[in-house]
Parts: sequence; structure tokens; C-alpha cells
Amino acid sequence: MNKYENNVKAIQGLVKNKAVHRDVYVNEEVFKLEMENLFPNVWIFIGHASQIKNPGDFITSQIGNQPILVSRHRDQTIHVLYNRCPHKGVKIASEPCGNTGKFFRCPYHAWSFKTDGSLLAVPLKKGYDGTGFSEATASKGLSKVENVKIYKDFIFARLSKDGPTFEDYFGEALSTIDNMVNRSPTGALEIVSSPIRYMHTCNWKMLVENQTDTCHPMVAHESSAGTAVKVWEREKNISGDSETPIAVQFYAPFMSPYEFYERTGIRIWPNGHGHTGVTGSIHQDYTDVDGYMSQMTKAYGEKKAKEIINDVRHNTVYFPNIMVKGAVQILRNFIPISVDKTLVESWCFKLVGAPEKFFERSLMYNRFINAPTSIVGHDDLEMYERAQEGLGSNGNEWVNLQRLYDENEQYDVSEVIDGTSERQMRNQFNAWSKFMTLNMNNEVEAAE
Amino acid sequence: MNNKNIIDFIYEEAFLLDTMQWERWLELYASDARYWMPMEWDQQDPIMQQSLMYEDIFLLKVRVERLSGERTFSQKPKSRCHHLLQAPKIIDIDEEGQTCKTRTAFTYTETRGDILERFSGWARHELKHENDDFKIKLKRIDLINFDAPFSNIQLFM
Repeated sequence: MNKYENNVKAIQGLVKNKAVHRDVYVNEEVFKLEMENLFPNVWIFIGHASQIKNPGDFITSQIGNQPILVSRHRDQTIHVLYNRCPHKGVKIASEPCGNTGKFFRCPYHAWSFKTDGSLLAVPLKKGYDGTGFSEATASKGLSKVENVKIYKDFIFARLSKDGPTFEDYFGEALSTIDNMVNRSPTGALEIVSSPIRYMHTCNWKMLVENQTDTCHPMVAHESSAGTAVKVWEREKNISGDSETPIAVQFYAPFMSPYEFYERTGIRIWPNGHGHTGVTGSIHQDYTDVDGYMSQMTKAYGEKKAKEIINDVRHNTVYFPNIMVKGAVQILRNFIPISVDKTLVESWCFKLVGAPEKFFERSLMYNRFINAPTSIVGHDDLEMYERAQEGLGSNGNEWVNLQRLYDENEQYDVSEVIDGTSERQMRNQFNAWSKFMTLNMNNEVEAAE
Repeated sequence: MNNKNIIDFIYEEAFLLDTMQWERWLELYASDARYWMPMEWDQQDPIMQQSLMYEDIFLLKVRVERLSGERTFSQKPKSRCHHLLQAPKIIDIDEEGQTCKTRTAFTYTETRGDILERFSGWARHELKHENDDFKIKLKRIDLINFDAPFSNIQLFM
């Protein structure tokens, strides 16, 4: 039975000011509608230009449940294509990345395509003579995604014909990507390594919400970060070590008290974007890297260099499904697989021209926090799994999001608020409701 | 250091893990030891290439202490593990018998609650002779599917 399809009111009814209905996390029809509406209607991150430097280079990616192929053409242009042969539907590329040479060749019947997606050749072409082949969709080559934006090498695409422009959609939220890029003295980032992949048996939105949930670290991560602090306190007295190892510098701030998070704030932006750590963050006290400040001063001047380095934002959510950490050069992609399954891919960026130490740290942070072998990850996944199971309870169908709720609060505004507020989660769900229903045919209302 | 006691040592390590004697397991490691799980095929660099784990004794101690923590909710219920090892192959041993390298194919099973997950790969040990005993300098675990998206791996392979 379709409860939500083409029913704008039913979708909107899942999101109240202070609560959301559990169906946003557990209902398979809602998940299907997210794939058909939400993900196509907005701008989704699909890759980074540094992954496809040379003509013929390609990566495979996805927008919601749509397999996507991104390729570098011989004129250096980047093309975003549906990863599907127009003949019988076979995926053209199956590896995460590679170089295809001058053309893509379907492994099934050898139809071939230029790296801009256009049809190059079909074997035994004469078999199509007189069949009106030139009129067929199949003759047009690989279907193209028309709405593509490459912003400072970050490749985004929007599948739907109608929807917000890239600039309107992200607006000021792009400042976190700007900051991460500016942390390179040459203003360039590079991906040189595969992401850490981590499978989560929970709905994708639980992960996204957790990025700005500042009331969980000192609780859920007491077992990991708390133990790390405890063991270090004991061991350093034995060894007499004075310098705090970077591992402890990473873990210890997770145990910061509520007051720290209250004070450092959350900034919300329109369309569901927002970030924690406005006036400071858990990333603020890492040991300086020798030579970096002078490089940055040379590149940007002292004032701007300081501005860049001192902007230590914690987690920036680019709604719907990525999070960027400029201070440690990490991007996490929360890829929805099914209503209760999410693949997380966590990428490290190299700051081109900066000391190697930064990349070393980024890789280290990634394995400490974002890996299936990470003790911090274990804490979080346990909570998501319990929530996914607990939401099956009929005792209460609503998830409460009313911490620091104000009846006059606005969405689609930029504002800095108390860092322990759940308003960024409300902001995300407001955007969720808006973009779920943006291009929806409201058959139910029309029938009334 | 002879072939037999090297091989017995490798089996003893797996026994301590399977019987959850974490502190005794840690005592097998040298003070400057590393536990490494690469994330690439034939990975050369644990630090400048992405690894799943590259941990020193301090970090391993944190893990061991965490496993029995009162508020370690991902260990309620507790995980258990099982190592099925092929006979270790000694690939290098120095003339004085002070250090050696071994390679051991394994199948590793980790279970928690109703979930059971199985992994296959090769463990490489670098051992050194110390006070009439062996110590592990490096344990390297290469999974056959190092690039697959795993769920939680909470114990030690």
C-alpha cells in the first residue's frame, strides 16, 4: 500500500517542529521516495577532479540509488553520465576508478562511447539499417546528467531538471569547502588514497544528524575517548613523557564538557546546511606543524593566513549526505543503500604544497575515528543500530528534537546559536520536507 | 629460536585471543611494537598510505581496557573470536636466531549477539628474542578483502 507516494501532506506530516515521525528512518516507501525525489532534487557530491586528472580517467559514484560515471574527456572537460549502456543496461564501468583510454567499451556487445558519453560505434551496424536507429534513445550514447557544478574541484550534480541552482542551494555553506581549500598554500586539494569504507546497519539520516549532535560525545564516547584519557594520565606518569601524543590530542577533546559545546556554538544555513564549532572546536588545540605558518603567510599575507588557520570548524553538514571537516581535511559521504543500511566512505585530502605532516594526520584521524576498526566508530554504530531497532517500538512513534526549541525560530536563515541546540537537526528535516515534495505530483490533494 | 618454538608462539598468541586473555596477549608485544592492518594490496607505507589500523602499545592498551569498561555499550553483549590458522611459515630468520619473520594464513571469526562475521587473510609476524622469550615487534594483518566495507571489527585478528 502506498501511504506516501504523491501525497505531499503525508510527507510534510512526518516533520513537526519539535519531532519527526519514525517513518523517516524505518519506512521503506519513504526511503524509495527519498531516492526518487530528495536525492534527485538537490546537489549531491559525486567526486573530486583530482581523481580524474588525465583524459580517459574515470570514477564511478552514485546519486541516491543511481549509478553514475564521471569521466575526463580529451579536451579536459568533465562529464557526468549515467553508468548504464544504452543498449541492454549493462554498467559500463565497474571499478571505483581507472583509465579507459580513448573510449568506453561495453563488455557485453562492444558498443563504444567517447569519454563525453556520445556513441562512437556499434558492431555490425548494418543490422540497424532501416530500423530508425538514429531516432532511438540508444543511439544518443550514455545518458548525460545535465546539471553539473565543479566547485573548486568538488564535483556536484543535480539529476532533476527543475530545482535550486548550485549557488542558491549551498550559499554561504560553501565557506567550509573554501576554508579547506585555503589551508593549502597553493589553494589546491588532492585525493591520492581510497576512502575508508564502513557499513552501517541504520538509516543514513541518523549518521547525518549525529554530525551536529554535541550532546553525545561525552556520553557515548566515554568508553573510547574517556578510556584513552584515563590510560594516558596513568602511562605518562610512568614514562615521564611530557608531549601529548597526537592520538590523545585527537581523542581527549571528545570528552569536553557540555559548556564547551554550548559556548562554541552551531551555525545554521538555509536548505539544511550547518556546522558545529563556530568560535572554537575539538580541533583547535593540535600541535602546530613546523614551517606551515610561514608558508601560509607568504601565500595569503599574515592576516588572512591567521583567519584561515584559526577557523577550526568542527563538522559541516552539506545537506543531504556529506560532512566536511576542513581542519583535518576529511569528507564523509553517507551513501544510502536501503532504509536500514548506509555505506560511509571517508576521504582524506592532501593539502597541496603543505608539509606532509598534515596528510599523515588526516589519514590518522580517519583511521582513529572513521574506520570499522575505530573504537569511536564502534561507540556510534552501536547507538545507531539500537535506534534502528528501538524505533520499531509502538510505544512512541515520534523522535524528539526539541532541545532549545523556540517557537519563533526560522529556517532558511543564517544564524549562530547555542552549540547544544538540536536546531540544526530541525533545519535538516525542514529541508528534507521541502526537497522531498519539491517536484512531487500532489495527486492526493488534487483528488480532495 | 627454532622452528618449533616460533610456531608454538604464533599458536599461543591466537589461543590467548580466543580465550580473551587480553592483558596476557598484550604482554607478547615489545614496548615499541606495532599492530598494522593495511588497506591496500601489498601496502608499503603504514603512515602515508591509508591503513585500517596502525597502533602502538599505548593504543592497544586503550582498546583492551575499553573492552571491559563499564560504559562500553558496544560490548554489551561481549564479542568473542576464533582464529583458525594454517601452519605458520617461517620466511626469514637471522643467523644468530635473534629475529624472525613468519607468515600465517588464517580465517578469523568474530561474533557478537546474533551476528557472526568471517574474515580471511594472512598474518605476518616480526619476532625478536628477548629475555629467553619472544616478543612481537610487528604484527601485520592483510585481509583478502581489505577494500570492502566492513561493519564493526572490535577484537584482534
